[in-house]
Amino acid sequence: MAKRSFKSSVLPTILTYLGLAIGLVFSAFPIVWMFFSSLKSNTEIFALPPRLLPDDFTVAAYLTIFNDPVKVRFFINSYFVAGVVTGLTLLVAIVTAYGFSRYQFRFKNTLNIFIISTQTVPPITLLIPYFGMVVAFRIFDTYLALILTYMVFTLPYAVLLMTGYLNTLPKELDEAVLVDGGSSWTALWRVIVPVSIPGIVATAVYTFLLAWNEFLFALTLTKSMDLRTVPIGIQLLMGQHAFEWNEMMAMSVLGSLPLLVLYLVAQRYFLAGMTAGSVKS
Amino acid sequence: MNHSATALVAAHAKARRKGWLRYSTLRKLVPYFYVSPATLLLVLLMLFPMVMVFKYSLMDGAIMKKTAAFAGVQNYVTIFENPVFWQSVAQTLYFTIMSVVFHFIIGLAFALLLNTNRVDPLIRSILRVLFILPWLFTAVIIAIIWRLLLDPNGVVNSVLMALHIINFKVEWFSSTRTAIHALTFANIWAGYPLYMVSLLAGLQGISKELYEAAGIDGANGLQKFWYITIPQLMPIIISIALLDFIWTMQVFPLVWMTTGGGPIYSTEVLSTFTYKLAFSQYEFSLASASAMIILIISMSVTYFYIKHQQRR
Repeated sequence: MAKRSFKSSVLPTILTYLGLAIGLVFSAFPIVWMFFSSLKSNTEIFALPPRLLPDDFTVAAYLTIFNDPVKVRFFINSYFVAGVVTGLTLLVAIVTAYGFSRYQFRFKNTLNIFIISTQTVPPITLLIPYFGMVVAFRIFDTYLALILTYMVFTLPYAVLLMTGYLNTLPKELDEAVLVDGGSSWTALWRVIVPVSIPGIVATAVYTFLLAWNEFLFALTLTKSMDLRTVPIGIQLLMGQHAFEWNEMMAMSVLGSLPLLVLYLVAQRYFLAGMTAGSVKS
Repeated sequence: MNHSATALVAAHAKARRKGWLRYSTLRKLVPYFYVSPATLLLVLLMLFPMVMVFKYSLMDGAIMKKTAAFAGVQNYVTIFENPVFWQSVAQTLYFTIMSVVFHFIIGLAFALLLNTNRVDPLIRSILRVLFILPWLFTAVIIAIIWRLLLDPNGVVNSVLMALHIINFKVEWFSSTRTAIHALTFANIWAGYPLYMVSLLAGLQGISKELYEAAGIDGANGLQKFWYITIPQLMPIIISIALLDFIWTMQVFPLVWMTTGGGPIYSTEVLSTFTYKLAFSQYEFSLASASAMIILIISMSVTYFYIKHQQRR
């Protein structure tokens, strides 16, 4: 009897905890290692035997970044581009999602398929004509080139996430405004948007994440240091000072910070929106 | 209320005066008004560039020459005759298939671990947040982290040597034998959370009654997993795996920042192969043909993805 209860309850519990512990090491160890490496001196990073915690904590790498206007600029650029892209994407996505969620119309299914398939178009395929177009329209090496081209892959997700969210809201909400003689446009901004804040937050966080992380277009469509974003900044740092690991780790920590903060703050909305978007779309 | 009701009546009266037909036509246009901004933007940023890249792929000296000549399928022939292209295809397939398989296995394992009620709910919710972390990191940063960890003098080699698993410092990213595996491993680490999140949501949606009924019929844990859990999750698994296949096939920054396709093409994938054609060799026509090939592969998988989504 005792043996049976051990086998059926204690052992699985031990195994579950063991599995979770392995999972924790697998998922978090590389990130923790990155964080502590950013606080080590460069000579200590490859010390033998390796130690997780630095012997001498130093924020020298962070100070180097903060004191270098070129590197600070990478962050300003990333915040600016990702911020503008998020704002514009939300605006367009909310309006479009309202159309999708509240109306039946011809070509609705075709349009839906079009938007779903834009998610899967390879960025490298678009990059070559973008390069040609951006040069032809004389917007090569400008914020505009980045902001405009980023929308091609933030918009489909934002529309799908927002449509999924609006579909969960009862139609009576905006019908009340229509019955009172208001237009659907009023209903959207006065009634639907205020109650959609959780969905909008989830969409904004995801859009910001996509724009902040973008690499390929930023690498190709800009050239001057004044316009480089954080991912490209890290790549350049890697090429120029291949051995300054602590500085690269500090850049990586700072480059991940906004996403970690946004995610932790909006976690609840974010996961709900994501699963609704990716699973059911 | 009274005021708006009057407005509504007035609007209807006005509409009737102008002719009911015209009013209803206008009403029919409303949904198009709402969906037009996104549609226009995506047409401008997607359909038009796709036509352009197709045009480039049929020309000789696209972008570089002012008057580029029509070349027919010559660019495609040149690509197909390039052995590095075929090597890239094989390596892309290896990288993609291994990634998708292990993303699924790890994602499902973590989802099952987090779904059990054997563990304190607080611990579960903390771990749930931590297990998602790799997903939030930029490909460039993931590349840097793994270059640090897998450096010949890095912590991974130290640990493996201390455990006597290896007896010399392996150059994970700079040996032709190991680079593609190290790269695939880094990508597996970075990508499982999407499966974990989706499968966890799926697990929580499975009705408890199914398991109870199976329990009454005498099914054991493994049978319940195989005959209830997996079939119930199957639609999610197929959706995510198809999307992951398409996305992984297109991975660029991780490869670019870890190995750059080397050493000696041993980690060249279709995206780096194409990028180098365009922006290192300025062969935009050849690169466009190569990009069209990636597009065609992606779109054929997308076709199955959309079919699958609509059947659900």
